[in-house]
Amino acid sequence: MLRAPSPLPGFGLGLGVLLSALTVIVLVPLAALLGRGVVMGPAEMAGHLSSGRVQAALLLSFRAAFIASAFNLVFGLALAWVLTRYRFPGRRLIDAAVDLPFALPTAVAGIAMTALYAPNGVFGQLLAPLGIQIAYAEAGIWVALIFVGLPFVVRTVQPVIDEIDPEWEEASATLGASRLRTLRRVVLPTLAPSLMTGFAMALARSVGEYGSVIFIAGNIPKMTEIAPLLIVIRLEEFNYDAAAAIGLAMLGISFAMLLVINAMQIWNIRRIGHV
Amino acid sequence: MLQTLLRTPAATALAALLAGSALFTPSLAVAEIKLLNVSYDPTREFYRDYNALFAKWWEAQGKEPVVIEQSHGGSGAQARAVIDGLEAQIVTLALASDIDAIAQNSDLVAKDWQAQYPHNSSPYTSTIVFLVRKGNPKGIQDWNDLIKDDVQVITPNPKTSGGARWNFLAAWGWAEKITGDEASAKDYVSQLLRHVPVLDTGARGATTTFVQRGVGDVLLAWENEAFLALKQMGPDAFDIVVPSVSILAEPPVALVTGNLKDEAQKEAAEAYLSYLYSPEAQALAIAHYYRSWDHSQAKPEDVARFPETELVTIADFGGWSEAQPRFFGDGGVFDQIYGE
Repeated sequence: MLRAPSPLPGFGLGLGVLLSALTVIVLVPLAALLGRGVVMGPAEMAGHLSSGRVQAALLLSFRAAFIASAFNLVFGLALAWVLTRYRFPGRRLIDAAVDLPFALPTAVAGIAMTALYAPNGVFGQLLAPLGIQIAYAEAGIWVALIFVGLPFVVRTVQPVIDEIDPEWEEASATLGASRLRTLRRVVLPTLAPSLMTGFAMALARSVGEYGSVIFIAGNIPKMTEIAPLLIVIRLEEFNYDAAAAIGLAMLGISFAMLLVINAMQIWNIRRIGHV
Repeated sequence: MLQTLLRTPAATALAALLAGSALFTPSLAVAEIKLLNVSYDPTREFYRDYNALFAKWWEAQGKEPVVIEQSHGGSGAQARAVIDGLEAQIVTLALASDIDAIAQNSDLVAKDWQAQYPHNSSPYTSTIVFLVRKGNPKGIQDWNDLIKDDVQVITPNPKTSGGARWNFLAAWGWAEKITGDEASAKDYVSQLLRHVPVLDTGARGATTTFVQRGVGDVLLAWENEAFLALKQMGPDAFDIVVPSVSILAEPPVALVTGNLKDEAQKEAAEAYLSYLYSPEAQALAIAHYYRSWDHSQAKPEDVARFPETELVTIADFGGWSEAQPRFFGDGGVFDQIYGE
């Protein structure tokens, strides 16, 4: 079982290093969280999660992350397509700018966006007369999460678009397919796996986002209070169990969602027969 | 897919740079005394000046030079950081219950810490006032004006902010005084919270929301924070309104005895706290808009700045050990208002 199937040397060492790194960095903190949950027991955990405020916060976090990631799915695909298929001045600059959300501390992004979208900000001033409020409302959370999630979709789809041979589209056209049909039957199926991966990563990233959101959301319980903030609030009350319960709930829901997305991937790959 | 993520050299380089600079802050090898004062949000300016004053006085006594580091944040979060191992020798927090929390959840602070320095270990006090936009366009004079239909109130979240707890209790204190019963006080405070569009996590965040973002008609603020906003934004941007009843807010100080490494550090830390009560330090506190006790060296115009108003005290609520769980604990009045 542990014998390397490949003639390359170093399998044992490689696996050892990988497993210990994975254990220390990922598994131990998660195990600590799970351990807290086990000690607490399911009844007490359900008690912590049954309050309306906790449920509202969880629902808000997942809803906002889903909306933002869905937006990024469309917008990110379009952006990746333009950046890969067309040549225009400034393309490399825009391409580099896509990575900025990775590099910028999210608190900085949150403060900057709050300044722009607040009722006296540059955008907020234009939207206020129309009765649209972004900062200190749920829409503000969407805006912040779109910002953090965008590079995940663009960066996962880009290399795949790069590999699609334009000849496939030409072949499809010469066989009489309309542009829409080519897009639907040739391009999108090829991109679907990477789109789903990008969507899943953006979703997972935005569900847990804290730094940028707390500045732009109003943080009002049951309205604009995200689950990660509620975890912090529970910690401030020295209520570690309630904090762990919310953390575990988020972990469980995220895990289930990623599982569903992965299952869809497998199903999709079987259907087309290749990636 | 991972390689596409790692293919972001800018991000990785920046992260490495940030991590590096955080790890390798210069550690001075000289045998000098180091103190870390872990404090709450609005004391930044005061302690910057006090640290310089103290260091000068300390060296004038012929002692080894002392280097004082400062940390600021929401009072509750700071208390938790100390419990979780932040090596503070001194805590100067927004309210006694946060230092009580350290004493209860660790052995770092003496149980009777509040009896160790004069005035409940509060070298300076403050109160809660209203900061309104210039000319007071909504005509806000007292607490009952805050629940008028078109008034928006900015206050931070009392779960995370010490200042917000004083705000909450000041409102409650007024309502109980006017109506005389608890049910109406709760009713008033829950109405008040319905006029709050943004609950920031700390006092400084709330000030930013009100002052920079232009949200809300009135900011419930520490008096010192309100004067500071007035000074920084110019007197033509805001007015201070003092309500008929407010609360005597006591931000206390304590020695974190469990984090004292040796006698030299202990001596310096004790002197650091005692010197807060000296006439010079008291004059400095009042210049930074705190109500201090000893006015002997204070400038008369600094003293004249503070209007008289009726103040309830935390003792009226049975002390923090009673007020904290009753109002702000899990399932307490604040949670009930937002419907747990």
